[in-house]
Amino acid sequence: MLKEILKILENDARTTTKQIATMTGLPGTEVARQIKQAEKDRTIIKYKAIVNWQKVENEQVSALIEVKITPQREVGFDSIAERIYRFPQTRTVYLLSGTYDLLVLVVGKTMHEVADFVSQKLAPIEGVQGTVSHFVLKRYKEDDEIIEGKEEKVKRQPVIL
Amino acid sequence: MSTNPKAHSQKYHISQRANQISPSGIRRFFDLLASMEGVISLGVGEPDYATPWHIREAAIYSLEKGQTMYTSNLGMPELRQELSRHIKNKYNLEYDPGSELLITVGVSEALDLAMRAILDPGDEVIMPDPAYVAYSPSVVLSGGNPIMVPTTEENNFELGAADIEARITRRTKAILIGYPANPTGAVMSRDKLAEIAKVAQRHQLLVISDEIYAALVYGVEHTCVAALPGMKDSTILLGGFSKAYAMTGWRIGYAAAPKEIIAAMTKIHQYTIMCASTMAQVAAIEALKAGDDSVAEMIADYDRRRLVMVKGLRNIGLSCFEPEGAFYAFPSIKGTGMPSDEFAEKLLKEERVAVVPGSAFGEYGEGYVRCCYATSLADIEEALARMKRFVSRHQKD
Ligand SMILES: Cc1ncc(COP(=O)(O)O)c(C=O)c1O
Repeated sequence: MLKEILKILENDARTTTKQIATMTGLPGTEVARQIKQAEKDRTIIKYKAIVNWQKVENEQVSALIEVKITPQREVGFDSIAERIYRFPQTRTVYLLSGTYDLLVLVVGKTMHEVADFVSQKLAPIEGVQGTVSHFVLKRYKEDDEIIEGKEEKVKRQPVIL
Repeated sequence: MSTNPKAHSQKYHISQRANQISPSGIRRFFDLLASMEGVISLGVGEPDYATPWHIREAAIYSLEKGQTMYTSNLGMPELRQELSRHIKNKYNLEYDPGSELLITVGVSEALDLAMRAILDPGDEVIMPDPAYVAYSPSVVLSGGNPIMVPTTEENNFELGAADIEARITRRTKAILIGYPANPTGAVMSRDKLAEIAKVAQRHQLLVISDEIYAALVYGVEHTCVAALPGMKDSTILLGGFSKAYAMTGWRIGYAAAPKEIIAAMTKIHQYTIMCASTMAQVAAIEALKAGDDSVAEMIADYDRRRLVMVKGLRNIGLSCFEPEGAFYAFPSIKGTGMPSDEFAEKLLKEERVAVVPGSAFGEYGEGYVRCCYATSLADIEEALARMKRFVSRHQKD
């Protein structure tokens, strides 16, 4: 049942405990307990809005940075990743299989700011062999949500017997 | 519009057969609805999803490739094979793709073909009341007589075998059932279906089973009539894609039946339809091959909304039968003292919520309204809030 609760919340974090109780057939107190527990053990990490910043004047710049690293003795990937993800400029950090090791999403106010961050903070970290930056030109879909041009619901016939 | 309908019917000769089926009893309701704005409709009869993208994409690709020609009358061989495999997986029932399956323009066409293939003038078909609106006309249009069996909330809107048997005459040809049911949301238990099957076998009747909502059951199992012992030979199974795969507008469905019956249906189909739309057939293949996950997701979502709807209706003070299938709730409105068409019209006028009067589905639908929960949660909740105001104003006791 926790899975069902999580699915409902993942789809709409603002669904109330009472609504979830109805949808799952669980008592409200039980739903509240499970959510509280999930928040405590970080099964639910956070509730956030998916914002379309393209609509707001203070636009921001994002870039995906491929980072190649040399894992170092006793330090491994994790500690270099940690040095990187602690910077607030990094929004997403993944360890990947393939031709490079880390994929880092960096967000800044201007292209300059992002470029400076990469050249002055990211690249010089010990163990970082090299970086390739890809600036994001357009976001089509994020976290399962189509950002712009989502198809409108077609109007149905109001009554069909 | 003519002010004198009589003058109109004299100008053109309309066949007795066409005149025999009454126009929808709730025309006025439709007109009223069309003139209003800000209405939340619980009157729809289809999913609120667009067809899953992978299915649409397969059809688009087929158009790009120029797959725009007629197919075989029976339907594309690949589709019949996939369908045969699908039915086998679901019910462990074998239908020969070459002779026992026919792809149709929805269950609607399949129903019409079935009746035309088996009925002679004056033949009788026994069916439940209330039921889907096309059932009775499909019999009448084939020259037959529909024989209604009342079903009630007390009996979970299940069709009783004894009630059927009591109505069998020497003209009875078939029993027509449709579970999970529109408008009640009722699902027939395996045992009750087995009793009906026994009656059919004892009297050598066909069972025509409209299983278009087969996939949409919540916490219970759907029983396919043809899968009951010995029933494959006396069942015309009608199935579709409209509801489960959210494909209402594609107009595609099928019939599975003994080959002599499929052959008769195919004769009619080949002269009236030729074949189901090619594009829709391609989409149906993709649906059968890869649609399971999307269907499962939609079912989970309907189920959540079902619980919200039923609980909401009960909180308002309407008693509501627990629907276990399709996407309809069928609450009783008897406590308001209004007939269902008046209830629906007043609710629409006063609170701008559209529901379908139960009387549209037969005499025994009176006292109920059909509320479809295949609509957004926000709309369901707003509709319930409006209905609550309405019911508390009008509740008699
Ligand atoms: C019980 C029932 N049977 C058949 C149909 C029609 O199905 P199709 O779209 O396959 O013609 C409907 C549509 O509402 C229905 O509710």
